[in-house]
Amino acid sequence: MIIGLDVGGTHTDVVLLGREGLVDEIKVPTDPSNLFDTVLKGLNIILKETDPSKVKRIVLSTTLTTNAIVQKKIPEVGMIVSSGPGIDPEFYRTSSHYYSVSGSIDHRGREIDPINSDEIRGVAERLKKSKIRHVGVVCKFSVRNPQQELKIYEIIKDTFEKVFLGHRISGSLNFPRRIATTFLNAAVYPIHKEFFEAVGRSLKEKGLKAPIRILKADGGNMKFEASIDFPVQTILSGPAASVMGAIAFATDEPEILVLDIGGTTTDMAVLVNGVPLLNPLGIKVGPYQTLIRSLETHSVGIGGDSAVIVDSRGIKIGPDRNGPAMAHGGPVPTPMDTLFILGEITNGNREKSIKGFEAIAKQLGTSVEDAAKKIFDRTCRMILLEARQMINRINRKPVYTVYEMLEGYQVKPQTILVLGGPAPYFAKGLEALSNFKVHVVPRWYVANAIGAGLARTTSEVVLFADTENGIVAAPEEDFSQKVDSQFLKQDAVALALDLLKQKALKGGANPDYLEMEVVEDLEFNMVRGFYTTGKNIRVKVQVKPGLIHGYDSMIHGLASKNFRSR
Amino acid sequence: MLSAKNKTGLVFFPAFDWAISPTHPEREERLLYTQDQVLEEGLLDIDGIVELKPDLVTLWDVQRVHFCVPDVWSVSTESHFISAGGAKTIGMAVMEKKIDKGFALVRPPGHHAMRVVHGARGFCNINIEAIMIEYLRQAYHVDKVAIVDTDCHHGDGTQDIYWHDPDTLFVSIHQDGRTLYPGSGFPDEIGGPNAVGTTVNIPLPPYTSEEGYLYAIENIVLPILADFKPDIIINSAGQDNHYSDPLTNMNFSAQGYAALTTMLAPDIAVLEGGYAIEGALPYVNVGIILAMAGVDYSNVKEPDYDPDKIRQPSNIIGDINDIEKQILANWRQREKIKRGIQKSREFAERTRNLFYDTDNILETQKEKIRVCPDCSGALRIATSTDRGINVLALHIPRKACKACKALGYKWFEEKAAGYFDWVFLQDRTQDIYLEKKKKGF
Repeated sequence: MIIGLDVGGTHTDVVLLGREGLVDEIKVPTDPSNLFDTVLKGLNIILKETDPSKVKRIVLSTTLTTNAIVQKKIPEVGMIVSSGPGIDPEFYRTSSHYYSVSGSIDHRGREIDPINSDEIRGVAERLKKSKIRHVGVVCKFSVRNPQQELKIYEIIKDTFEKVFLGHRISGSLNFPRRIATTFLNAAVYPIHKEFFEAVGRSLKEKGLKAPIRILKADGGNMKFEASIDFPVQTILSGPAASVMGAIAFATDEPEILVLDIGGTTTDMAVLVNGVPLLNPLGIKVGPYQTLIRSLETHSVGIGGDSAVIVDSRGIKIGPDRNGPAMAHGGPVPTPMDTLFILGEITNGNREKSIKGFEAIAKQLGTSVEDAAKKIFDRTCRMILLEARQMINRINRKPVYTVYEMLEGYQVKPQTILVLGGPAPYFAKGLEALSNFKVHVVPRWYVANAIGAGLARTTSEVVLFADTENGIVAAPEEDFSQKVDSQFLKQDAVALALDLLKQKALKGGANPDYLEMEVVEDLEFNMVRGFYTTGKNIRVKVQVKPGLIHGYDSMIHGLASKNFRSR
Repeated sequence: MLSAKNKTGLVFFPAFDWAISPTHPEREERLLYTQDQVLEEGLLDIDGIVELKPDLVTLWDVQRVHFCVPDVWSVSTESHFISAGGAKTIGMAVMEKKIDKGFALVRPPGHHAMRVVHGARGFCNINIEAIMIEYLRQAYHVDKVAIVDTDCHHGDGTQDIYWHDPDTLFVSIHQDGRTLYPGSGFPDEIGGPNAVGTTVNIPLPPYTSEEGYLYAIENIVLPILADFKPDIIINSAGQDNHYSDPLTNMNFSAQGYAALTTMLAPDIAVLEGGYAIEGALPYVNVGIILAMAGVDYSNVKEPDYDPDKIRQPSNIIGDINDIEKQILANWRQREKIKRGIQKSREFAERTRNLFYDTDNILETQKEKIRVCPDCSGALRIATSTDRGINVLALHIPRKACKACKALGYKWFEEKAAGYFDWVFLQDRTQDIYLEKKKKGF
């Protein structure tokens, strides 16, 4: 059996899945100040009537690291960056424990200026005096040549508890993001490690032997052991859980828009042939632009509990949430209240909703029912507008070859899958106000936890070869090899796939069902003077996000059974 | 958080799958390291710098500028349509105030492409700046345009297209034509009889460095720009004045290019040449982008940058002073010179031989323009090539007077396609393109 757990802002959803279907599903309130208790409580309840030894897989999606960053509850981290010429690295300062040092590497990975060992030792001394335990080291172009990061590591490794190197965090170019990502990784490292070790111990005590898996922002999971050094990848996995939940129930349409309508926000994503689109560079966490691989999701401040304000300036819905709907005892009118007024939902205090909408109706010069209808329609229209804008943005992404330009693939989804608390109620409105076919995800209220439970292990490998320099390397994987001029693109692709396989298996993938694909394979003739002197090859391969093998019929069962009304 | 003073748009189209030939300087690899540098520096994450996806230009966008012989597709590829489209995308975004400034970092280039196109010259097929400018004039009613061509080679194509247009100031600053392709661009080339003075050529001696180059910008280009008062300034941003460029002999640098961009303050920059793909382009482009965005670029340097090593020989500044005097004198007296040239003449003619070095075609042009006090004049070009093609190309300018427009149509009607294989008419007053073709063609 499988446990999927997704910590949300207000609720934590937990499901127990078996081959036969959804065995159990529960919700517990999230206590942001004590996530450990929340997670444990959820797991305890779901395991109450189950033999823990039967649980073969457990996947957790938590807000642990995200909260720590957003609430600035992260420990002090030291950063040593070497930039060389270019934009002043002072712009990327992460904290007062940030040191810019000498050293420089160019775009081909050639060393231009060396590291100064004495300078590094001096910086380490100062960091140590400031009681820094975790340090990030980032050099410009370290993903072309990690030698300077490694040299710094050799000098300081014994001075600190843990040192993180930029080239191991991501294989992508982008020095400022590499700094931010390495910094965040170092910052959440102790929090992540301590938390999941504690969860692991508790589960072991209960007799649950399956390794803990953690959901990542790209909709895949990795084993806790593999995540210890890369906790940053588990940031912002919440939207990914929902998208993966929607995939489980995706229809056959080639393109689908996924909307997860929550209380405060609506998260959006696009599926193409059942696979979610990935963000090409990396996700933004709080103020930090990062290289964290993630799904292309867009979050807007409109949800079921958004505060509705109508005054002389017009109608305002969100982005604030001041509490639940008035029908549930909240302080201000919300889109959810419109559903009580219109008789779509009955498990709350309709009178309170009506009372809340009286002022709105007056301002709009109409009846309460009509005002409710207007606000509900407006909410749906706002969501649809944001969705269209997101699709436009995806279609406006630049391409760099004549072929892709003329191919001009455009995403034009005709179908929406909605999930989240108020999903079924909004579905009707979204369909009435647009040309989309709108489906509600079966088990919409726990689809996120189902998504977490069924997500497969994902990974990515970036590899480059420069046969003029005689090297092929994937620095993120700690891999490099000498090559000669006979090395070809297909050799590079084969190497990359091999590295990917190793990485995916280490992360916990099923070796029998590795869905690997080549994302990018570019080959350039390097010409100096009038002679071809080598080849410059760039390859990117991935295990794309998707669901684990063997649960199709179970999912089919879930989709075909009547929904339980709640 | 790093943010741009000017909201700056960037079209980046490296055409990673297009080359003139595998080892040609204009090949797939050309912008590879520039892309690496731009990505690694994180320029696209700077608040206020946005990357735009290029649109393709249309056939008519090309025909508004060029007479392509025998037709547009015979002398250009999709890649040219995207490259010109990149410039157009930037131009539109600037006109619609979506961005303050923009840089089309595109290839292939265009500034050697002239009004008549039989093939490729100097790696160029269609003139991407001119196609953008004429589109902006048509769509947004832009009138006065200044083009400052800072490619190391004389922008002879752009010069040809705007030779007769007094509303377009074309300034080319380049390595002396006696020492470099295409061998033209001397101070006495100052425009046709109806547009005297609005072509300005500044040939610089080989080995001119930051000092001389920026001196010429400050003391020649900027005063002329200030006099001309253009609605928009376009920089044909070739990057081959760089000290490491394999095709040229200048001593310019990334710091110099960035400073030049700050001084010129162009609304739009369009990449032209530049073939030091590893040692120059990555740094020059980063410098230009930062300068356009108004972000500090003081530490953008090539790994081997050493101002002492590239210092210009001491005699150079004197040579530049001489050129400066001649150019500014021409500029100040342009109205007088124009009156002299126009006096008691109805037509002006010139005959030229043009060589398409990239495609190995020899063209002979007989050009005739109506000397007109009221507009830039009806233009008649009879062009033939060593491949036995004869074409008559007629141009009625954007702001043509009645007489010039009538003359253009008269020329078009009177020459039945018989002697000529094709007769083309570009009527810019109505934004239309007509053609007649000889039977059997």
